[in-house]
Amino acid sequence: MVLPDSDPGLDGLMAKSTRRKQLEAVALYPVDWVEERSGLVGYTKWFLFRKVPHDISWAQTLGSATLTAFIVQAVTGVVLAFYYKPDPASAYASVQNITEEVTLGWLVRGMHKWGASVFIILLFFHMARTFLFGAYKYPRELNWIVGVLLLALGMLEGFTGYLLPWDNTAYWATVVGINLNATAPIAGPFLAQFLQGGLDIGSDTLAKFYALHMLLLPGAIMALIGLHLYLVVRLGVTSPPWSSTAAGRERPEANGSRQGLIREPGSPATDGEG
Amino acid sequence: MSELEPDTPHVPAPSLWPIGFAIGIACLLVGLVVSQAALVIGLVLALVFGVLWVRDLRGSRPAAAPAPAKPLVATEADLGATTDRATFLSLATVGVGGLIGAGVTLPVLGFGVLPSFVGDSVKSEEVDLGPISNFPEGEYVIATYLEDPEVGEVTRRTAFVRNNGRTEDGAPSFTTIYSRCVHLGCPVQPNGPIDEEAMKEVNGVQLRPVLAASFGCPCHGGLYDSEGNRSAGPPVRSLDRYEFSIRNGNLILGRLFSVGGVDGAGAKARISKYYRAYPGVHVDGIEKWFYPIPTPGSTG
Repeated sequence: MVLPDSDPGLDGLMAKSTRRKQLEAVALYPVDWVEERSGLVGYTKWFLFRKVPHDISWAQTLGSATLTAFIVQAVTGVVLAFYYKPDPASAYASVQNITEEVTLGWLVRGMHKWGASVFIILLFFHMARTFLFGAYKYPRELNWIVGVLLLALGMLEGFTGYLLPWDNTAYWATVVGINLNATAPIAGPFLAQFLQGGLDIGSDTLAKFYALHMLLLPGAIMALIGLHLYLVVRLGVTSPPWSSTAAGRERPEANGSRQGLIREPGSPATDGEG
Repeated sequence: MSELEPDTPHVPAPSLWPIGFAIGIACLLVGLVVSQAALVIGLVLALVFGVLWVRDLRGSRPAAAPAPAKPLVATEADLGATTDRATFLSLATVGVGGLIGAGVTLPVLGFGVLPSFVGDSVKSEEVDLGPISNFPEGEYVIATYLEDPEVGEVTRRTAFVRNNGRTEDGAPSFTTIYSRCVHLGCPVQPNGPIDEEAMKEVNGVQLRPVLAASFGCPCHGGLYDSEGNRSAGPPVRSLDRYEFSIRNGNLILGRLFSVGGVDGAGAKARISKYYRAYPGVHVDGIEKWFYPIPTPGSTG
């Protein structure tokens, strides 16, 4: 490190600020390098730093909470897969091994098991918030549909994951679940036969559920979360229903039309036509 | 401007008819289970309110913007002359790409789905329960066995077998009930004391006599009488049974089949037999129309 000048006058201050500039340039160089070649910094800013209504509250954080719960499930699931064996002869023993023997296995398995319930509960709270605030309305219908697909995939994760401990609860609950599917008209029995890989639960059922649980369904969920977030950023966050400054309010001469519903008050279109 | 603004709400005017429509559908579904009169009423309600709803929607639709006038210049496509190079190339790219995609996707999709419906997974194994002398007349025996010992515990099955003596024609008669509940597939238990001391192991099959006057399911309370007919609870038909044969004095269990109902008891029972259906699936009555196509393997 270079010591400052012995003379702490104007020159010293100037030198310091020059050095700071140099440091900033050095720190920013990689960021600029990436931005120039990819534009990713701009996209990240577009994603993270956006305007939200001033009267939103903790209720609007339920989506992020659900996302966090999903990330916890994904990470703990990957680590559990290090030690889990998806084969009828050893699945139960490997789960016992994770719980009893492997260091901190009890904790990670517990996080995954209870986190699954947390994920589903948060999903429903998030959905209730969206419904009660009317945040599913135009132009956000598509995001509601994506959300419903995510809910269905989340439930399927629960269904496929429940079999994996391969104990009596898991086995018979899955028998009941598969046979429930079989009662659907026309296609039901075929769905059941596909799920259990034959006329009864057999040696392939466990591996099939494991593959669905950790490859297909999480992949689909991640892709849909990407679309979900893109739509959130593109369309913005809705004001609460009681907001006095919500878009679409305070429009005295609107002629009964609901034109300009998604514009913020004060934007040119609203002022000009309103 | 006659064109719609891009941010005009694309929402139809409010309408109360969907409420009536929903009530109609609910009434229809309830009627499907309960009574045909309610079914008809529900159907009429749903139709009337559905029509009203659709009329509302059509009436409130904003007028479409007039189509832009067509330029008075004929293009080559209009004259049907030729496809230009760019169009041909893009169509060819889509076509060839689609072919390659299908060539990769279809076999993988087939590999993912078809094995559940063909080959070993739908083959049914015969089970040898040993000499018929192990089955005292008029008494149920719980027979537990591995359907496929190589695959292991996951193929463990249980049958309730009762020797009925002989039919009027002199043929041997056995009641061979499969233990899976026809509600949703849980393991049905015989209601009665099991004689554990008389337990026998005959070539891998465990036999335990039981005094069973009925069978009960622990999951949702399904109850069956001694012939496997439903006496209470949610099951939709009688307990499934095995075809059986007697070979060299041994009782052999064959394919499973589903039972609509059993008239009479023991050797005089008349069994209405259907292809093997999944638990919860109706095999007779009006509800069987919901399941017109049996899955491969269930018919044998």
